[in-house]
Amino acid sequence: MLTSETTRKSDALVEQPPSANNSNALFTGAELVVKSLVDLGVKHIFGYPGGSVLDIYDALLAQEDIQHILVRHEQAATHMADGYSRSTDEVGVVLVTSGPGATNCVTGIATAYMDSIPMVVLSGQVATHLIGDDAFQETDMLGCSRPIVKHSYTCRNAEEIPATIAKAFHLAKSGRPGPVVVDLPKDKLSPPHRFKYEMPEKVRIRSYNPTIKGHAKQIKKAIEAIKNAERPVIYAGGGVILSGASELLLEFTETINAPVASTLMGLGCIPGEHSHFVGMLGLHGTYEANKTMANADVIVALGARFDDRVTNNTSKFCPDATIIHVDIDPTSISKNIHAHIPVVGSIEVVLRQFLDALAVKEDFKTPSYTSWWQDIKGWRERQCLGYQKEGSGIKSQQVIESIYRATNGDALITSDVGQHQMFAALYYPFKRPKQWINSGGLGTMGFGFPAAMGVKLANPEKEVVCISGDGSIQMNIQELSTCLQYSIPVKIVILNNKNLGMVKQLQDINYDGRHSSVYMDSLPDFVRLAEAYGHIGMTISDPQKLDESLAQAMAMKDKVVLINVEVEENEHVYPMQKKFGAIDDMWLAKGVDQ
Amino acid sequence: MQQTILSILLENEPGALSRIVGLFSQRAFNIESLTVAPTDDKSLSRITIATSGDHKVIEQITKQVNKLVDVLKIKELTNISHIERELMFVKLNAKTPDARDEIKRTADIFRGQIVDSTNQLYTVQLTGKKDKLNAFIRSIRRQSDIIEIVRSGCVAIARGEKALTA
Ligand SMILES: Cc1ncc(C[n+]2csc(CCOP(=O)(O)OP(=O)(O)O)c2C)c(N)n1
Repeated sequence: MLTSETTRKSDALVEQPPSANNSNALFTGAELVVKSLVDLGVKHIFGYPGGSVLDIYDALLAQEDIQHILVRHEQAATHMADGYSRSTDEVGVVLVTSGPGATNCVTGIATAYMDSIPMVVLSGQVATHLIGDDAFQETDMLGCSRPIVKHSYTCRNAEEIPATIAKAFHLAKSGRPGPVVVDLPKDKLSPPHRFKYEMPEKVRIRSYNPTIKGHAKQIKKAIEAIKNAERPVIYAGGGVILSGASELLLEFTETINAPVASTLMGLGCIPGEHSHFVGMLGLHGTYEANKTMANADVIVALGARFDDRVTNNTSKFCPDATIIHVDIDPTSISKNIHAHIPVVGSIEVVLRQFLDALAVKEDFKTPSYTSWWQDIKGWRERQCLGYQKEGSGIKSQQVIESIYRATNGDALITSDVGQHQMFAALYYPFKRPKQWINSGGLGTMGFGFPAAMGVKLANPEKEVVCISGDGSIQMNIQELSTCLQYSIPVKIVILNNKNLGMVKQLQDINYDGRHSSVYMDSLPDFVRLAEAYGHIGMTISDPQKLDESLAQAMAMKDKVVLINVEVEENEHVYPMQKKFGAIDDMWLAKGVDQ
Repeated sequence: MQQTILSILLENEPGALSRIVGLFSQRAFNIESLTVAPTDDKSLSRITIATSGDHKVIEQITKQVNKLVDVLKIKELTNISHIERELMFVKLNAKTPDARDEIKRTADIFRGQIVDSTNQLYTVQLTGKKDKLNAFIRSIRRQSDIIEIVRSGCVAIARGEKALTA
């Protein structure tokens, strides 16, 4: 993967004093940045150069540990770093210039923030003496990003760069993870000033001490409630995946024999085909997941935040249930729904505490909950994901099922935002955590494709498929060029319904079918578009050919393949919660017994 | 609705104040008054915020502020025994001798001081709890024209042994 950037022999390398490994060696601020990133184990940076960060770009030439991926738009860089992080345990790193480079990152930072994804954004800034003068390409990036970051730093002394970057990484990935912005004024990066490199052994921030272990008293209360439950449910969210607690969740689930409903962000935290999994809950959740929630007497919420897309009308939300809410972020607890038993701590640690507490209770035997499971069986029998396959066209649901077959259910799936996202969430049973990557909190169209690229770079051996819509894909389509430059062979499946399908669905339901600005006239020829970027394009319009063509596409392991699937235009996503209703007030698809 | 005073100890870093203020506007929390100044430890600032909301809102405010990385400690003072004060300057029209007498008398009753005067104007300084300052304004308004009011916002401290320090 040699590129024009890395082939040039670095001037910086040549110029470095012979004592480079000696602790007395001196470095420019830019070199300190790069050296810090190397020391922190960074392997990939996603970025785009510009005036204020040219010193960093120059310093990047002097090393071989980090590969810089030159994107085509900074927003895409943030989504790539985000996907990279979501599919690994790493912090995603972005490097951009001041002004427009920085502001182009805003959507990507907000996306990462809403889903608690560890990311560090290094943004250039104009020289310190120009700050406040409306200098060329000056933007108050700390101000712009303040509401969408976990924290941010500006660098006032070049000596502090290593410590600051170390702090940024620590904050990004510890506690409730999130994006951190580090603003780097140009004069702190540039020669001739040189400094010693001092990376702290351990990061200490006196005002930051997230609670990891659950309070013993709360654990006891929670266990008491779980023991006395007759109709328990585990409501699992993205926090389970972020804290690496999937295995423990499985053990806990089987120990207490409770059904598990997952949020959009939690999918994969327990295998999609596990006997205890009742599916995704919420707005487009399964009938059985929402029914199970509505009828439960004890809800064990793990790393979930009672989002409005889950609860529906909060005043009607599960009024009879005792709610145990475990989260590392105390602000998530009792924010939307009152928690009877709050437990602040990391999901992984608290689940261990739960299991230990149950293990020492001699009187605890895994309950059978016969009548509860009987109820659940009844709800499952409604087959809420059934859909009518008749008709000449291809159904979106069918495409997802076909992708599942073509990838043995094993691919890392990213998605954009819209109907295709919900279809993917519902019809591709994810086997493991970090297999399903989507923008749940912010719902950012344009996320899926660049995220897939980040995922593929982090997991070169795995198959990576981006499921997108004709609208969403056009929000970052330019990255096809980046894919070619760095050979990042992802597969893109566009469920092309020629419409902003999800918006159209809302207009059908809430606006008596008055369609306003949802029809995408003049769509590009996606096949030729892929070809123009040097990739392979395919169109599938015959349902009979679906399986075969998708299998063919997936078989091209080292190629980027853009697969345009012409699907039926008028399909709706069901189940769907009724506005202002309870969690289980839902519409089901036509043909499913209402 | 519950009136609440929060005492916050945070890093004396540029941008720290804007994070607090931003948080309040971002989450539609109320700020009635806010004061900020460095503490004897120069690396720390103290912010006192007077706010209001129901129990649930105050709980969220406290948690959200505490979550900010720059914040070391936050304490709700209104639910413990505490002292609170606000400083106010009131510039008043005092054209006639009668008006001057009246202002002086009222200021005395409220233990205020006249800290500046011209031929036309008196400036009264007053400290106390919000209610007292409001009462002074109500009472003086009947007798003379108020030209300008400047209030510091409230500061507060716990009574007894309790202290909010690093
Ligand atoms: C950046 C952005 N703009 C607008 C929206 C609002 N929105 C949500 S879904 C959607 C339609 C998506 O259309 P498409 O990508 O074609 O997917 P489909 O719903 O047709 O599967 C829109 C416009 C959004 N989520 N993100």
